[in-house]
Amino acid sequence: MTTVQDSTKTPSATPSKGSRFTGAVANYLDERTSISGITKELGRKIFPDHWSFMLGEVALYSFIAILLSGTFLTFFFEPTMTQVHYDGSYVPLKGIEMSAAYASSLDISFDIRGGLLMRQVHHWAALLFVAAIGLHMLRVFFNGSFRKPRELNWVIGFTLFILAMAEGFTGYSLPDDLLSGNGLRIIDGMLKGVPLAGTWISYLFFGGEFPGEVIVPRLYSLHILLLPAILVAALGLHLLLMVINKHTQYAAAGRTNENVVGVPIMPNFAAKAGGFFFVVFGVIVLIASFFTINPIWNYGPYDPSPISAGTQPDWYIGFLDGALRLVPPGLEFVLWGHTWSFNILLPMIVIGIFIVLVIIYPFIEAWITGDKREHHITERPRNAPTRTAIGAAGVTFYAVLWAAAGSDIIATHFHLTIEAVTHTLQALLILGPIIAYFVAKRICLALQKKDREIALHGYESGRMIRLPGGQYEEVHRELNDYERWRLVDYIDYKPLMVRPDARGRISPMQRVRAVFSRWFFEDRISPATRAELESGEGHH
Amino acid sequence: MAQHDGDDLTAAGTELDTLTHRHVSVGTAVAVPSGAFTNPGTPPDRIRATDLDPRKDKTAERRVGGLFLLSIAASIFAIVAYIIFPIIPGNLSSVRLNNMLLGVGISLALISIGLGSIYWAKNLMKDGEWEEHRHPTRGSEETRAAAVEVFRLGNEESGFGRRTLIRNSLIGALVVSPLPAVVMFRDLAPAADPVALLKKTVWDKNVRLMRDPSNTPIKASDVTLGSVFHVIPETLADSPDFLEEKAKAAVLLMRLKPEDLHVSPERKDWNYQGIIAYSKICTHVGCPVALAEQHTHHLLCPCHQSQFDISHEAKVIFGPAKRPLPQLPITVDAEGYLIARSDFHEPVGPSFWERS
Repeated sequence: MTTVQDSTKTPSATPSKGSRFTGAVANYLDERTSISGITKELGRKIFPDHWSFMLGEVALYSFIAILLSGTFLTFFFEPTMTQVHYDGSYVPLKGIEMSAAYASSLDISFDIRGGLLMRQVHHWAALLFVAAIGLHMLRVFFNGSFRKPRELNWVIGFTLFILAMAEGFTGYSLPDDLLSGNGLRIIDGMLKGVPLAGTWISYLFFGGEFPGEVIVPRLYSLHILLLPAILVAALGLHLLLMVINKHTQYAAAGRTNENVVGVPIMPNFAAKAGGFFFVVFGVIVLIASFFTINPIWNYGPYDPSPISAGTQPDWYIGFLDGALRLVPPGLEFVLWGHTWSFNILLPMIVIGIFIVLVIIYPFIEAWITGDKREHHITERPRNAPTRTAIGAAGVTFYAVLWAAAGSDIIATHFHLTIEAVTHTLQALLILGPIIAYFVAKRICLALQKKDREIALHGYESGRMIRLPGGQYEEVHRELNDYERWRLVDYIDYKPLMVRPDARGRISPMQRVRAVFSRWFFEDRISPATRAELESGEGHH
Repeated sequence: MAQHDGDDLTAAGTELDTLTHRHVSVGTAVAVPSGAFTNPGTPPDRIRATDLDPRKDKTAERRVGGLFLLSIAASIFAIVAYIIFPIIPGNLSSVRLNNMLLGVGISLALISIGLGSIYWAKNLMKDGEWEEHRHPTRGSEETRAAAVEVFRLGNEESGFGRRTLIRNSLIGALVVSPLPAVVMFRDLAPAADPVALLKKTVWDKNVRLMRDPSNTPIKASDVTLGSVFHVIPETLADSPDFLEEKAKAAVLLMRLKPEDLHVSPERKDWNYQGIIAYSKICTHVGCPVALAEQHTHHLLCPCHQSQFDISHEAKVIFGPAKRPLPQLPITVDAEGYLIARSDFHEPVGPSFWERS
């Protein structure tokens, strides 16, 4: 193979046979597609490099793994609930009556070479997909990368997160095993709890009474057609906006809000990102070769009567299940002749509010700060203490709900009573975010102070010297200009001052906004300045 | 790379003003520190061993090539494994072996390509950092004016704004046109009223209680103290909607000492000598309440941990459920087998709007 260096060293005057062929193909395509314009525009586009920028890539690549393995599965899976007697090679279930969906899932696992591998690749990749989206969203949140001009891409990204969970849940329900059937049973119960239309929603969704005979084919067409189509469209839009807005970058020497510093798509980024795709896919396959996921043959076909203790949904559904568990007792009432199931509605409302707050957070923050400028330098979390604290509170809230989905497992593993675990988690759901908020904010401010200290006085070197006067002092290693720039390049805000508008009035809205602005910006440490550095020089 | 003008960063709040040449609100006040640092520009490129030493360059090249060749070998290994480690029906370890060897081959093939490419990029491709300028996302004033002009012309030439009859009737037609599609979803479910279906089960007077899944009748004398039976109605097997009916009719059967039972007057004859039957379907969201605790007479739903006290007519003692599990009135027939006295006296399972 030829390395880039070799080819640049020997520019051949007469084109070789190979390059004549490439030239002819390129010419053919360009004369029909104008592709040279796109190549010129995008081929050397610069991408900044940072490990945290790869989280979104992991999500994208695991999605490709899902598409490929899922396509293979569709060739063998029978999405019907027709009752059959199992006649495959898994002995313990031989002769048992089950749906064709479950039987064909067993066949994929036990009678088709590579079928189990593809099922496990599909499932592991799906778990990774949602996890990677979640981490990517946290990265974007804590960096403030959702600020103008990327607010809309945040909304699209969050839509992708919801779609990924919907894809996960519909897929989880398809094999029609005992676990997936119990999952659908819970969905049925939740739908029925919806006021006014709930009974009918459930009835229409299941095509009659639960479980009915149509839910698997219906979920199948959602899972392989409708949801993926929306997902791919939203994903395309997400990437398109990323290209248009150009990627954000961390503050570092030479990087400003008006440039992008990194490596070009051709060849460096293409090689790294393309290589990373193969690594992600390869690691998913490796996990699928050694670790069983969703062993449906252990659960048996769906039957409304049995259930096993300690059943768990896939991880990303956990927070919804946890919310159902933590609801206070007794919240169901008969009012005006109708049943109001607040034990189901309250968790749905709380989760709904939480989700809406996350979606619209960029707009809330933009309103509070009134900041209409474009931001392309990602903020280090410590440099936006209030946002980081809000994020920490949100993460804690989600984490407690998620932990609650395993309340029974926690109780049995640590020999606690389920009541104690539930009550503790209920208290934590309220107190946890408050504690997390203040702790995170204090940590941010402490880190900002430390940055200031280091920027002005350098690192502690550990070397002690004795001065002529007998006094001991530690030598500090000064930072060079590049190192220091990382620590001081952030924007320092002051809270909004309430000022009268053109008509000399101060609107109530303006006052509210000032209160929020004060809350948001009050606690911040200003970056170190050159003047401070110079005035403090004699100190150490 | 050329150092970008670093002086604009002295006033952090004005960065984009210089970029867009127009006033942009900074909203809240941006504190501009006096005598802030200036951007020192991109640090010099790092020199790699492969840049200096041609032998190391050659070694790196061989490594990349070696990884790609390894990938080819691994792919061939996967194909061979597919053929020579087939699945032997009924042999689970053959499934495991096929899964593992095929997977290891594919995985190694993919990871080798990936590592080779990344190694190539990091060690052999031109190193360093490039700079590209950002343009404001907002279009230039001319472009925006041209876009506005497009809409103005469109409006003028079609008369969309002027001919209000056309405009309003078109909007109306577009709003109404999806309605048939909404209506067509009615037949997602059968014509029958779901509420009536939800309020009855196949339990009825004189229907025998049968073991699930063996479908054998239960003699009262078989139900010893502390035992738990998973029960289905005798008529369930004949039901065309087996799973739908079972999802409503599943019952738990237990025996307590009659003195431990707290029975309300109207349910006096619903148990038979301390043998009681309760719906197994949780009144929260419908999971089977399958875990029974012998000593405490508690039932636990494994889904969301609602607990029911069967000595007190299955009232809720913990968890999100509100209503007690419905009780099935039972007695024995002439042969001593347990039978139902009637259907449940209330709908079983999760609550629904029309329940009360």
